[in-house]
Amino acid sequence: MTYAYYPGCSLEGSAREYDTATRALMAALDVDLVDIPDWTCCGASAAEAISELLSLALPARNLALAESMDSIRDILVPCSACYLNLKRVDNVIRHDPEQLARINSVLEVDQLMVKGASVPRHLLDILSRDIGSKPIFDRVTRNLGGLRIAPYYGCQCIRPFPVFDDPEAPRSMEPLIEACGATVYPWTVGGRCCGAAHMNTKPDVGTALVSGLLEEARGADAVVTVCPMCQMNLEAYQRRVSRAAGSDLRISILYLPQLLGLAMGLSEKELGLGYNLAITDDFRRKLNGLSPAEERRRA
Amino acid sequence: MSSHDDASVVVDILSGDEELEPVSRLVRACIQCGTCTGSCPNAFAMDRQPRELWRLAVMGQSREIFSSRTFVLCSSCYMCTLRCPRGLELTEAMARLKQIAARKQAPVTRTGNTFYRQFLESVRRHGRVREMEFMTLYFAAMKNPLLPFRFASVGVRLMGKGKLHLQLPQKGRGALDSIFKKVAELEVTG
Repeated sequence: MTYAYYPGCSLEGSAREYDTATRALMAALDVDLVDIPDWTCCGASAAEAISELLSLALPARNLALAESMDSIRDILVPCSACYLNLKRVDNVIRHDPEQLARINSVLEVDQLMVKGASVPRHLLDILSRDIGSKPIFDRVTRNLGGLRIAPYYGCQCIRPFPVFDDPEAPRSMEPLIEACGATVYPWTVGGRCCGAAHMNTKPDVGTALVSGLLEEARGADAVVTVCPMCQMNLEAYQRRVSRAAGSDLRISILYLPQLLGLAMGLSEKELGLGYNLAITDDFRRKLNGLSPAEERRRA
Repeated sequence: MSSHDDASVVVDILSGDEELEPVSRLVRACIQCGTCTGSCPNAFAMDRQPRELWRLAVMGQSREIFSSRTFVLCSSCYMCTLRCPRGLELTEAMARLKQIAARKQAPVTRTGNTFYRQFLESVRRHGRVREMEFMTLYFAAMKNPLLPFRFASVGVRLMGKGKLHLQLPQKGRGALDSIFKKVAELEVTG
């Protein structure tokens, strides 16, 4: 299997471990990723707030670049915000010839043209539908039995385009987590918004939303995410959120490919685990062998 | 109120109407059921509920809409769009309101817009956003000496991890200059 790869800006900076882990996991699963040459920013949530045409042209530029890659159709996108931006434009390209012409009149200045020949797909889509849990299960060398993992989907990989999962009650991560031997922590907020950029521009509102999620995660050993913004919101402000909530809400937050990679025997270094901002001592203890209580129960 | 003031109010409302027209069209079929409000994770912080906003849009009440911070609080989670029984593109409508407010430079959008504009400035220059440069531009544009401190703790931790690199804004020819320029041209001509 070969995919075009669109990492997006976050994966070169604050989410570099998501990039590291995605590449390492895919290599371990014998999946080839080819970077889209000279890819540029998708516009994030910024372009949409400022200019409609820019919010179409920036993602379209990358789709046009991907179309020029020989014999590769699908683009693997780990970031949910990038994915939605590319997907929205993909939708416009396929259904709105007038807008398509407008987009191409912008791209023309860079000698580019978009037709709709490539398909942007979220990492979770490819993991859950193209790869599936079996190849992961077959490669597990470190059973994560005893770990309770809360799957956090966020919004933009499941809404508004319900491509690979239920947009209200998503479950696509569950077989993948179970393939690692871990237990899916039952919660109902896996698809509830983390506040996106509110944590930066409206911190009071962002704090309230993140606090609600971390409260719900109490009892899990870790939350896994599939989006750099969700990850940052959940991991980076735990002290502030705990202070505001008046209770200790600290919990480990990992990217999904990091968790899968750990089960498949990849090293913490290969998965960039050192870059995460919230890995608790308790989680590390559990990871580095079963806890004493667990051993007694098993004995 | 003097007749002069009356006239300026009428002009204001009319000019608002015109810009609001695409949004009004998106939500014209709204039946005021409130499913959007009930589904919105940010409704608790809004001064007007999303349901009210759609009614105001249909009525062309530009001034009420843009003096509210409701649309600024939309975090694009698409839950309202998903659940709307009329199938209306409500998240899209919120985005259009943000765009109109950005053009009007409405005070409620100042922080968000400055944040987004500096983000795009970094993208224009390098093709990809450089997080440190973008935050430096943002702090400079906001002219609030206390603002950086709110981000200091996370910033220091990210830098400690080697995830961010100190970078001063660079001037000069940008990687996406031509695309940004063309978009600006087309937006003026419509």
